[in-house]
Amino acid sequence: MKLAKTVRSLVLCSMCSFFAVSAMAATTVVGSGASFPAPIYTTWFKQFSRANKGVQINYQAKGSGAGIRDFIDHTVDFAASDAAMTEKQIAKVPEGVQLLPMTAGEIVLAYNLKGVKDLQLSREAYTGIFLGKIKKWNDPVLVKANPGVTMPDEEITVVSRADSSGTSYVFTQHLAAISPEFAKNPGYGKTVNWPSAIKMVKAPKNDGVTATIKQTPGAIGYIEYGYAKMTKQPMAKLENKAGKFVAPGLEGGQAALANAKLPENMIAWITDPAGDQSYPIATYTWMMFYKKYSDPAKAEILRNMVAYCLDHGQKIADKIGYIPLPANVVEKVRAASANIQ
Amino acid sequence: MAHPTTTLPQEAASLSQPPSKMDIIFNKSFRSLTYAFTWAMVLLLAAIVIKIGIKAIPAIERHGLAFLTTTTWDVNSQHFGILPEIWGTLYSSLLALILGGFFGITIAIFLTQDFLPHRVEVVLKSIIELLAAIPSVVYGLWGIFVLIPLIRPLADFLHTHLGWLPWFSTSLSGPGMFPAALVLSIMILPTIAAISQDAFRAIPHKTKEAAFGMGTTRWEAILKVMLPAASGGIFGALVLGLGRALGETMALAMLVGNSNQISLSVFAPANTLASLLALNFPEAAEYEVSVLMYAACILLLITLLVNIAGTAIIAMTGSGAKK
Repeated sequence: MKLAKTVRSLVLCSMCSFFAVSAMAATTVVGSGASFPAPIYTTWFKQFSRANKGVQINYQAKGSGAGIRDFIDHTVDFAASDAAMTEKQIAKVPEGVQLLPMTAGEIVLAYNLKGVKDLQLSREAYTGIFLGKIKKWNDPVLVKANPGVTMPDEEITVVSRADSSGTSYVFTQHLAAISPEFAKNPGYGKTVNWPSAIKMVKAPKNDGVTATIKQTPGAIGYIEYGYAKMTKQPMAKLENKAGKFVAPGLEGGQAALANAKLPENMIAWITDPAGDQSYPIATYTWMMFYKKYSDPAKAEILRNMVAYCLDHGQKIADKIGYIPLPANVVEKVRAASANIQ
Repeated sequence: MAHPTTTLPQEAASLSQPPSKMDIIFNKSFRSLTYAFTWAMVLLLAAIVIKIGIKAIPAIERHGLAFLTTTTWDVNSQHFGILPEIWGTLYSSLLALILGGFFGITIAIFLTQDFLPHRVEVVLKSIIELLAAIPSVVYGLWGIFVLIPLIRPLADFLHTHLGWLPWFSTSLSGPGMFPAALVLSIMILPTIAAISQDAFRAIPHKTKEAAFGMGTTRWEAILKVMLPAASGGIFGALVLGLGRALGETMALAMLVGNSNQISLSVFAPANTLASLLALNFPEAAEYEVSVLMYAACILLLITLLVNIAGTAIIAMTGSGAKK
């Protein structure tokens, strides 16, 4: 008898809590996609939910490709991608897609070379390394770009991404833009078939590449600026379109963004920015929203979220290693966010 | 006297009642439940294989057997071949099996053949089994931050002095086959050691006593009597270890270097099927998923073949022991 009573009250309790959970679940927004902006997105979303009681944003950093797949299958409320979306992918979403650039990042060439503190890489030098033509650190091309520095007689080990990634996409897109030879072979994409002449190892994710560079003498590899900054890995100054050597960081990144025009669909690739101060490899990263939501309350939450990221979010971007959007871009994105209904 | 004779049959009757209806129902439902679960396992495996197979069909139709014999993986030009991955999977597993097998079996001998007091044996046994509880990501990180810097001097020495041997023909690139196989061998060590120990313990004590009675030394008794007697179980341990090595993913993805090349050199980077799958799925486009599913089929097939071969070896050695 007593047991039956306990069981009954237990069932009642669990039903109550179930309803409570489902009532809260009504304001949970689910997103998935790019892992590159995940550190800043999760910070933003945490602060946003703290400011808006009862709103929970659940973001899964599965990768840009997985995010786009989820978005097309309608299993998420929004998605994020470093590679934006192609026309073909957008056509698969009947209610329309609004892409919004939310933040931007830089890709840096981090290296591990004893005794060389400020490495400078000319365009010829870094395309040469990633084409497998420059194999030693004391190659004449490298020596020429670094006057007054004794370059060691060491082999160059190139570290690249083993998984397919938006980072590789942006980096190879830049190489293809500045080197016709690279554009022909291997070309650009989320994974490329690197020339076999390179002494290359591949590691998964940004953190894997960072760790491998740190552990391999004579290594060079491409990673997100935030990761290099976090681990204090030395980064090379790169020659930009104007022929100036620019260090990665806030200034170079913002100068690069300022030189890019954002078209109507909000997809702009900064493959080779002009301007003396521009750091050459910078990129926007996007969130994708449906133009029409069946639940207007959800659309409102998402619009508020975008507004929050634009107002408060941009202020903390630099600290986490991302480039804040230029003011004119912020206004453009804000106007475009009205399309989320 | 009369008292016990009257109660005894009653007690006996109460002890051996015919099964009640509840008992029968319980027994029957338990039986059908076990049947159901067993078949559910088989069906689950079949469902997985069929699902992977169906998704792989477009890639199988387009690439056919050339998929297994070509070496490029180029998403841009849609050329896919997994020969380097097949090679890397087999090579890394084999190296790990040699290293892990040797150490695993020696540990099993050390822990079962009265070298140590019983208590110390139990402690050591649990410590070795604890190795199996470490997540593979931790093994991967340990490999990158501890093992690779540790083996770099040895690798450089081997490369400069024995570089003419094909196994040491390249300098250590950091992540590569050697660190990967080393970590893999540590990962399969607990499996091999534990099952080999059971095999040694299963030998009747009389066998060893008989060997000593014949005048063998301890060394001879272990090598010529105990080891052959336990060989069936040891082979089983090796097959299980190999199965684990073939499917291991994360630690290898972090350590093997993921480079599409075939090289005998243990210091060169290589690639394995499991890490290819793990690293390419998240961003794979529709057709690439199909190609990856094809690769998954091949991995399943390799594992199946290894298991069949292992079972066959055990059956053969088992029948040999009976004669």
